[in-house]
Amino acid sequence: MTAPLLDVRDLCVAFRSRRGATPVVRNLSFSVGAGETVAIVGESGSGKSVTALSLMRLIEREGGAVTGGEMLFRPHDGPAVDLARLDEPAMRAIRGNAMSMIFQEPMTSLNPVLTIGEQVAEVLLAHRGIGAREAERAALAVLDEVQLTDPERRMRQYPHELSGGMRQRVMIAIALACRPRLLIADEPTTALDVTIQAGILDLIRALQQQTGTSVIFITHDMGVVAEMADRVVVMRQGEHVETARTADLFAAPQATYTRALLAAVPRLGAGAPIYAVPRAGRAEDAGDTGEVLRVEGLVTRFPIRKGPFRRHVANVHAVEDVSLTLRRGETLGLVGESGSGKSTIGRSILRLVEPTTGRILICGRDVTGLSQQAVRPLRRHAQMVFQDPYASLNPRLPVHELVTEPLAIHDRLPAPARREIAAELMRRVGLPADSLDRYPHQFSGGQRQRLAIARALSSRPRVIVADEPVSALDVSVQDQVIALMRELQDEFGIAYLFISHDLAVVERMSHRVAVLDRGRIVETGPTDAVLSDPRHPYTRDLLAAVPVADPALRHGPRRLALRERRSPINPVGFTPPAQHFAEAGPGHLVAV
Amino acid sequence: MLEYALARLLRMVVTMLVIVTGVFFATRLSGNAVDFIGGEGLSAADRATLVAYYGLDASWLEQYWRYLRALAEGNFGISLVERRPVSTIALERVGPSLQLLVGAVLLTLAVAVPAGTLAAVYRKSWAGSMIMGAAFLGYAIPNFVLAVLLILTLSFWLGWLPSSGNGSLAHFVMPVVALSAFYIASLTRFTRNAMLDVLSQDYLRTARAKGLAEPRVIFKHALRNALITILSVLGLQIAGLAAAGNVVIETIFAWRGIGEMLVSAALRRDYPVLQFGVIAVALAVILINTLVDLAYGAADPRVRLARS
Repeated sequence: MTAPLLDVRDLCVAFRSRRGATPVVRNLSFSVGAGETVAIVGESGSGKSVTALSLMRLIEREGGAVTGGEMLFRPHDGPAVDLARLDEPAMRAIRGNAMSMIFQEPMTSLNPVLTIGEQVAEVLLAHRGIGAREAERAALAVLDEVQLTDPERRMRQYPHELSGGMRQRVMIAIALACRPRLLIADEPTTALDVTIQAGILDLIRALQQQTGTSVIFITHDMGVVAEMADRVVVMRQGEHVETARTADLFAAPQATYTRALLAAVPRLGAGAPIYAVPRAGRAEDAGDTGEVLRVEGLVTRFPIRKGPFRRHVANVHAVEDVSLTLRRGETLGLVGESGSGKSTIGRSILRLVEPTTGRILICGRDVTGLSQQAVRPLRRHAQMVFQDPYASLNPRLPVHELVTEPLAIHDRLPAPARREIAAELMRRVGLPADSLDRYPHQFSGGQRQRLAIARALSSRPRVIVADEPVSALDVSVQDQVIALMRELQDEFGIAYLFISHDLAVVERMSHRVAVLDRGRIVETGPTDAVLSDPRHPYTRDLLAAVPVADPALRHGPRRLALRERRSPINPVGFTPPAQHFAEAGPGHLVAV
Repeated sequence: MLEYALARLLRMVVTMLVIVTGVFFATRLSGNAVDFIGGEGLSAADRATLVAYYGLDASWLEQYWRYLRALAEGNFGISLVERRPVSTIALERVGPSLQLLVGAVLLTLAVAVPAGTLAAVYRKSWAGSMIMGAAFLGYAIPNFVLAVLLILTLSFWLGWLPSSGNGSLAHFVMPVVALSAFYIASLTRFTRNAMLDVLSQDYLRTARAKGLAEPRVIFKHALRNALITILSVLGLQIAGLAAAGNVVIETIFAWRGIGEMLVSAALRRDYPVLQFGVIAVALAVILINTLVDLAYGAADPRVRLARS
């Protein structure tokens, strides 16, 4: 191989603050060859995104600075330049031109007040020295290249008229418009559903083959790494851990950290938990079947009101005729993509949103007809854990009050008694007992999720609705939280309604799964049966789209049936046709 | 769109009706006009004649009904003091007031938007602090104090500008400056905050990653977004300019506009003029708000599409 396209040597990056400089990347060295794809992998705080922004020299805008090392890059066939030493005008000529970048958040990365056409043409105008007409024509061609449907219309549309996947395609179009030598993709699919992710990954790969662009792929997802990368750079806390060819890394990881990282990755097909037979009930439950939650024909629709008189013009059919049951000590996984209604089901059960019709029984008591007042005492039996451990804990409450708040509400327990219980809860979820007087911001993401679990546990609930409880966490932390949840289940016989978009995580947690598509259950049954023998086309698509953390099993270009997403918005009074299920095995039902 | 326009119109009519009613009864609560017109030595008989002449002997409700009917015919009545149709008086007054208002709005925009933008971009340097210091001062000084200070320095000591009256462009300078100062200061602060918010958005990082020059990033990508917030604030400000500001400033500078007319009419209980003045100001505020709403739609594609 000739001289690499990019050669990073001993890169050091630091963030300046009043207390001096905090190093965030230390002595990082790696290279990227022409046409090569290099993945930079690491958990949060590893410095992988900082490295990307440093290459673009956009890190200064975030308050950081390159404090040492070189970044040798060949923007054209001449000699290499050191990006670390270029001045701003020279960097500007490279950005978006020889080197470009795609970001994680497609929803916020495009300017809301400019048309798609303007935003794509702009980069061509900046670097190509062409006129507006020509730039527009070129922009249209690029939009076509990224396989956007109806590119002429997209040119005149604004970002909010496009879905997340479409917006990410626009970002790719902007990045590739000037045919860069190096494309930096910073978690480009993390915010997207798996089926959309599969499409974007396929697109990046296809365009790379077409144009010979080198790619730096920044991700935390080992599945994506296995799918995309030729070589992998593993980072941890700003330091280089190891570099290896992708196949070698997965086959024989050298560093201890890499081994731990790979071991923590939930893999599909690893098997579901063994069915825990519900234990003998407590006296109060004697005679029942151990059923703690029953949902019958749940329908939740949100009215759309329009115009100055707030006329009710249509309904969003969020949940449509969903029935499910949950027994003590059991976990039911609710799987689906965004907009499938899985969170709405969870919230409807706790009456955080009002169900339109249907019955919900918690511990045998129908909660649907009750007033909000009357529901409140029943909430002690059903608690909730939310996705975002940062937003779902009140920052003004010390931990001992925070985790026992349900007791203050339901039992009116005085503070000293609550403090004692809080200490016990903290011990139980594996947090230091001396942290009772701390506040949520003093905990890490994983610890906060433990706090949220402790809070949910405090009222000794029968059911916990866990809405994407580990989605915001790093894999190694994910692993620990899942282990904790399973332990607590064994110990207290809690039933979980486990909501997640991540099939591998659902598999690790759930005895049974229900697959949701646009508000309806399309397939349900024992986890192993559904995942190893999916019958419904949607379940199959979903499974096929999941990146597999094994380079040997790399997908070819997938031809996912690009399903036209039917709108969940229907006119007032519309009732969708009833659903029928066929039995594919014991307890394994498939919508027909 | 048609539905939107109709609803908007309906709301305007209802608002106007509430204001007309409020003004009608409030003026009558404040005293009888005849006592001001006739002076102190008025005999009881003469007073009764005057009251009857002006139709003030009828019950308030009946007067109100008569007034509404006259309004519907476009008849605003006759000034009790000047004995001329209110519409004639008002026509002389609307022009100067509009001049002042438009001048003040343009000056506010021309100064506040660039100043606020610079203050946001250079927030960590002395330039940003200077702008915000000046804005704080403008915010803190009441407009009548500023007006008097301006007259003292520019007219009495330096003799550069006439202290009052309308006429030349020179007459125009001080009233506009005194009227705008507060609004310039507050809009500068709003612009800065709106820009600070926009500057931290992801799409600005995207713009920079395209290799765009900084002025283009600031003025095309950032300011266009910040304008959405700025416009909505401006709408409220113009309403303030048209109503309260005008009254004080026009009186101080003897600027013969609607505001000055309102003050003298109020002092003399000239009901028809007073009523018309308030209606005119209210109408101006409503029209301005409608214009701002339309501009808001033009600035924000999300609003534009939701309405159509």
